[in-house]
Amino acid sequence: MRKMQKRVYVVAADTTVFLGTGRKEFHPKKPRPGLEHYIAEAGKGVLAQISDPEAVDEGVVGNFMASRFNRQGHLGAMMAVVHPSLAGKPSLRVEGACASGGLAVVTAIKSVLAGQADLSLVVGVEVQNTVKAIYGADILAGAGHYAAERKSGHAYYFPAKFSDRAGEYKKRFGAERTWAAMGRWYEQAVRNARLNPKAQEFHNTTTDLFSTHQTMAPNPKSFCEHINVLDCSKVSDGAAAILVASEEGLKRTGRKKSEAVELVGFGHSTADLTAQPDDLTVLDTTRRAAREALEMAGVAVRDVGVFEVHDCFTISGILACEALGLAGHGEGADYVLSGATRRDGPTPVNTSGGLVGFGHPTGASGVRMAADLWRQLTGRAGDDQVKIPSERPHGIFASMGGNDRTVVSCVFRRAA
Amino acid sequence: MTLDERLSNVSVVGAAGKMGSGITLLLAQEMARLSLLPQNRGKVFRLNAVDLSPEGLRGLQEYVHAQALKAAEKGAVGLRALYADREDLVENGEIIEDFVRRVESMVWPSTQLAAASGSHLVFEAIVEKVPVKVSVLKQLREIVPDDAFFFTNTSSVPIGLLDREAGLAGRIVGVHFYNPPPVQKLVEIIRAPGTRPDTAETAAEIGKRLRKTLIPAADVAGFIGNGHFIRDGLHGLQEAEALAKNEGWPKALWTVNRVSQDWLLRPMGIFQLIDYVGIDVFRFIQDVMGKFLEEPLSHPVVDAMIEHGVLGGQNPDGSQKPGFLRYEKGRITAVYDLERKDYVPLDPKGWTAEADARLGPLPEGFRGWKALAGAPDRDAALKAHFDAVAAMKTPGAELARRYVKRSREIARRLVATGVAARPEDVNGVLTSGFYHLYGPINDFCA
Ligand SMILES: NC(=O)c1ccc[n+]([C@@H]2O[C@H](COP(=O)([O-])OP(=O)(O)OC[C@H]3O[C@@H](n4cnc5c(N)ncnc54)[C@H](O)[C@@H]3O)[C@@H](O)[C@H]2O)c1
Repeated sequence: MRKMQKRVYVVAADTTVFLGTGRKEFHPKKPRPGLEHYIAEAGKGVLAQISDPEAVDEGVVGNFMASRFNRQGHLGAMMAVVHPSLAGKPSLRVEGACASGGLAVVTAIKSVLAGQADLSLVVGVEVQNTVKAIYGADILAGAGHYAAERKSGHAYYFPAKFSDRAGEYKKRFGAERTWAAMGRWYEQAVRNARLNPKAQEFHNTTTDLFSTHQTMAPNPKSFCEHINVLDCSKVSDGAAAILVASEEGLKRTGRKKSEAVELVGFGHSTADLTAQPDDLTVLDTTRRAAREALEMAGVAVRDVGVFEVHDCFTISGILACEALGLAGHGEGADYVLSGATRRDGPTPVNTSGGLVGFGHPTGASGVRMAADLWRQLTGRAGDDQVKIPSERPHGIFASMGGNDRTVVSCVFRRAA
Repeated sequence: MTLDERLSNVSVVGAAGKMGSGITLLLAQEMARLSLLPQNRGKVFRLNAVDLSPEGLRGLQEYVHAQALKAAEKGAVGLRALYADREDLVENGEIIEDFVRRVESMVWPSTQLAAASGSHLVFEAIVEKVPVKVSVLKQLREIVPDDAFFFTNTSSVPIGLLDREAGLAGRIVGVHFYNPPPVQKLVEIIRAPGTRPDTAETAAEIGKRLRKTLIPAADVAGFIGNGHFIRDGLHGLQEAEALAKNEGWPKALWTVNRVSQDWLLRPMGIFQLIDYVGIDVFRFIQDVMGKFLEEPLSHPVVDAMIEHGVLGGQNPDGSQKPGFLRYEKGRITAVYDLERKDYVPLDPKGWTAEADARLGPLPEGFRGWKALAGAPDRDAALKAHFDAVAAMKTPGAELARRYVKRSREIARRLVATGVAARPEDVNGVLTSGFYHLYGPINDFCA
């Protein structure tokens, strides 16, 4: 069985505002900050929390498609915008579609485990509002098997992929409860986001979120057959950063152990990008990665008190709850309907809003999840803090790429 | 001749105008779609955009580009299906770009009427002047094939008159779009007594292709839409005039505008609507209707406004120009004072509040037009609103009741005189063309 060969910590984290429609300061026609701004802001936010910024050994950038959204490659060499001392140190960019952020986290972990770095700064970033959503759909379709599937695919390529999953789930497990659970997921996401000033839905003032969702029937002529636009995470610009440390690295930061979380297990799994999912109602790659992470940590899902799942769509959130073992196959909808995933429920999921509420700058999301678990487990979450019961001291995230083709999962607990 | 064949060469005359440009866009999009169907590969589709104004035609090209792009982006889901067998075009971006170029390439601009010579279908949307329309239609008749149909967009000229004077032998039908044609769903179809059935049928088919709501109207000046609007507007002016005697014009105009919007639950008040159409256009239609119907339709205030050079209408970006009211960012900011010949800014703590107070409160639980437009309980809410208006003793409710009754009277007369075949048709024009939440033939405040 895989085991942590040494102790690895996350000692600091930060996120920028996730900008896009819904935020008051967002104007589609006005100039907006670019990649370097976001990388610098999130990275500096982390370095400001440690005593010696020059102590960082390396950088990892998680990014999906700056090459098309911003016509910019080579992001590894952009790390020095965070701190001049990072020039001259190793730094690279990793890509795994919407799991790019998760991959960046795992890359830093492996580097620390390999003894190549004691402090690895991870920044996930995406700036997507450079193109309208209809063109962004083409770019994001690169997370699927483009050559074989883009032409036959839907105008809104990924929404349609998950609409198919929602359709299959409805068919197998009941249309009404599925639709209601999707509505509740949306409601929960926005409510959580309203507690998080950096969230894209922070300014959302809709009074009856659930019925707003329920009455907006899916329209296959203009969008998708089984989901509406509220079921989708929005187009976002933003970045998130964390500092991954060895025991030695933690000492160098000057932080107390109680200000850090310890990584107790991680999983990283892929599926064949050129093949179709076996069962549209199962996220099996997510399940595999989460199981690996939990097994490595030697804990069960009942030991986990706070969850971050990749709800690129409301249905993905429901399926991810099943994949993590919170609910059995086909029982995820009822689980969500029971209120168990709400912040006042026994297993709060996506406490800062998740992808639907906080926003989804694709390359940032995995890092943002790790950042949020650090905030929750160290008691620094501010208004969106939930209570972490002592019998469930762990937090888990699962960062998913494409149609469940690359998944990274990590289990943390407060360091002691 | 099939409809698709007829659509392979079409002309829009007056293509650079407000209506002509919208009709050109709609047709160019439909023709571009046709050109992509397997059976039409290799065929040439041609839309002659004829207008006297070269600057106007240049503007038309820019308009068609911008609007076609917007529409293609919005309709990308359907476009992908249309391009399913074009293996070379993969991305939304590529498909949208190709379609927009295709729409643009349909449009052949020309300042010469002769460009229309090959057309089997001609849309006429030039100035609303009988001699000009007749002369242009005559010239067209000379140059187009004998089987060509003429669709005129006239708002007020009887179709039968154009048919006779231009010698079209029944190959003309009124196809009355609303402004702007790409957005407005309603099209009134007007058959003159001599209109040939095949001409009218083609108009109906094309209307359907363009996904319009078609309502037949008789060939009586003003048809249904203006037949109601002009008289409804004149009623508003009479009410305002009566109020102005004691209250002065700003309060009077403000009051009637508010009643016709809030108490009547319409999308805008009557004076804002007249401003939107243009006070000069209003008078023009009123005069043509008056002449053909031998009905005294006029109001001295309309004449006075035009004399003062205050005309309303819209800026190129769609924002409203000052008329009875003045606007900033879509909001009313001032009201015209006919005596002082100047605008009086709204004063929410002064005269405006006094005028509002005099009207009395709105019915309890009032929800405006916008809130009700999408409300699932709309019909019940409308009934509750007008039940309350019927029972209230305030001046606002009284004005509203008279307005509702007058509007109903106008509508009923349109049916009684055969302008509309059925009450549903008048109601349909007001709901789909004027965005009213209810038709004027109802039992509110009865
Ligand atoms: N504007 C409206 O709200 C509206 C609504 C429905 C119907 N209509 C009717 O549509 C028609 C056009 O109205 P509009 O508002 O678009 O007017 P407009 O003034 O915007 O456009 C008329 C166009 O016709 C062109 N034109 C004039 N004489 C011409 C000629 N002899 N040959 C070629 N082109 C010529 C002008 O250059 C101009 O571009 C009128 O019959 C009007 O009654 C208007």
